[in-house]
Amino acid sequence: MPLDWDLVWSSFGPLVTGAVTGTIPLTLASFALGLLLALLVALLRLSRNRIFSGVARFYVSVIRGTPLLVQLFVIFYGLPNLGVKLDPWPSAIIAFSLNVGGYAAEIIRAAILSVPKGQWEAGHTIGMSGAQTLFRIILPQAARVSVPPLSNTFISLVKDTSLASLILVTELFRNAQQIAAFSQEFMVLYLQAALVYWVICLALSSGQSVLEKRLDRYVAH
Amino acid sequence: MSPTDASGSRPGVHGPDGRHGVPVLSARGLTKSFGTNQVLRGIDVDVRRGQVLALIGPSGSGKTTVLRSLNGLETPDAGTLTIAGTGEGSPLAEALEIDFGGKVGKRERAALRDRSAMVFQHYNLFPHMTVVQNVIEGPVQVQKRPRSEAVADAERLLERVGLADKRNAYPFELSGGQQQRVGIIRALALKPQLLLFDEPTSALDPELVGEVLGVIKELAEEGWTMVIVTHELAFARQVADEVIFMDGGVVVERGPAAEILRAPRQERTRQFVKRLQHDV
Repeated sequence: MPLDWDLVWSSFGPLVTGAVTGTIPLTLASFALGLLLALLVALLRLSRNRIFSGVARFYVSVIRGTPLLVQLFVIFYGLPNLGVKLDPWPSAIIAFSLNVGGYAAEIIRAAILSVPKGQWEAGHTIGMSGAQTLFRIILPQAARVSVPPLSNTFISLVKDTSLASLILVTELFRNAQQIAAFSQEFMVLYLQAALVYWVICLALSSGQSVLEKRLDRYVAH
Repeated sequence: MSPTDASGSRPGVHGPDGRHGVPVLSARGLTKSFGTNQVLRGIDVDVRRGQVLALIGPSGSGKTTVLRSLNGLETPDAGTLTIAGTGEGSPLAEALEIDFGGKVGKRERAALRDRSAMVFQHYNLFPHMTVVQNVIEGPVQVQKRPRSEAVADAERLLERVGLADKRNAYPFELSGGQQQRVGIIRALALKPQLLLFDEPTSALDPELVGEVLGVIKELAEEGWTMVIVTHELAFARQVADEVIFMDGGVVVERGPAAEILRAPRQERTRQFVKRLQHDV
């Protein structure tokens, strides 16, 4: 079967455009919001207040115990039955943020717990409040520990955003599907889409190494 | 590093200002239980300005809990604590009185921390900050002093303990003795009324103990008010004015250091001192 090189070259344009205007901004927005949510949930989970920690535990359990695709469909196709009609983009960002929030909360919680108790005491003895100690002493150290697992979450998210094609968000995979349907070159288009995802993730992995090196500057090797 | 020059912003806090010997701290009837284990059974502690008090006793005697209570790291179940005011014109002019039997919250613990600073057994330096950042963190972030002034102070303190060249090193690059010296000046930089030491040399290799004890001894000579929990009896005899021997959550014996360590009156103290005899 001769390969239609013209199709291959002309498809890269729409695929890369889908990545730049769809996949990448969707990933960045969802990850940023998801991390903020995760920090909040981690702190609630660590709180001595049983109601707070119970709510956080329940949230994490629901997010981790249900498929991302189902979460996405509940928000985009389900909520309109309750009178809440959201566009594809906001639906996707909400679903992905909630999902990242659940997974990253556990990572951040474990990272906070990995910082020795003596660091809290040292913060207190120089007169810091709990919040000051958390933000200036504990979280910077927790950040170092959580970079590798959070990078996993981030890289998974890049690939998971392909599910947004199913709620009509124009992104990399949806563009691939449309060209494939039109040209009937499924193998070529889906392999091309895979290639673009892979390149994005390779770039992220090398970003991760740089970040890890930077954060490792204060530990013995 | 002398209390008089380092504490310019808090006149009359320490040192030879004619108030030497005035009571600074007075704790009465401190009790504390962890679960069913009663670790403090009614402890009284008095410290006068410029005095060095050593708390000694076997592990589990409650001495560290007493020390941590003075810094708000533990909250006794009952008892009272009074820390004298520092005189007019200072932010801590008023005396601080805490009744642990009543409600003790964040505000009380914060007030305690404004007046004392702890040097920890395991140093607890901030590993993600350089030496100088460790020292200025409290002055800049908590006391809101100008950064340039805090850095200048920190550099002077570092020079005094022989670590000027380690200014930009991270804690992991330092020996234990060097880390503890940074721990001490991190506390000093806060210009506290009271310096608290929790077994400051017991995590150190034997050959590094001397350099840390040397610094503490200098501070004692300069007139800082200090409470030290220690196992180093020889050191306690050299620097402490008074010694409290605790066992089982009570004060067994207290008095001038030379007396308690050379000729203890109580049998329990005698046994303890004898067991650590090779130290003395």
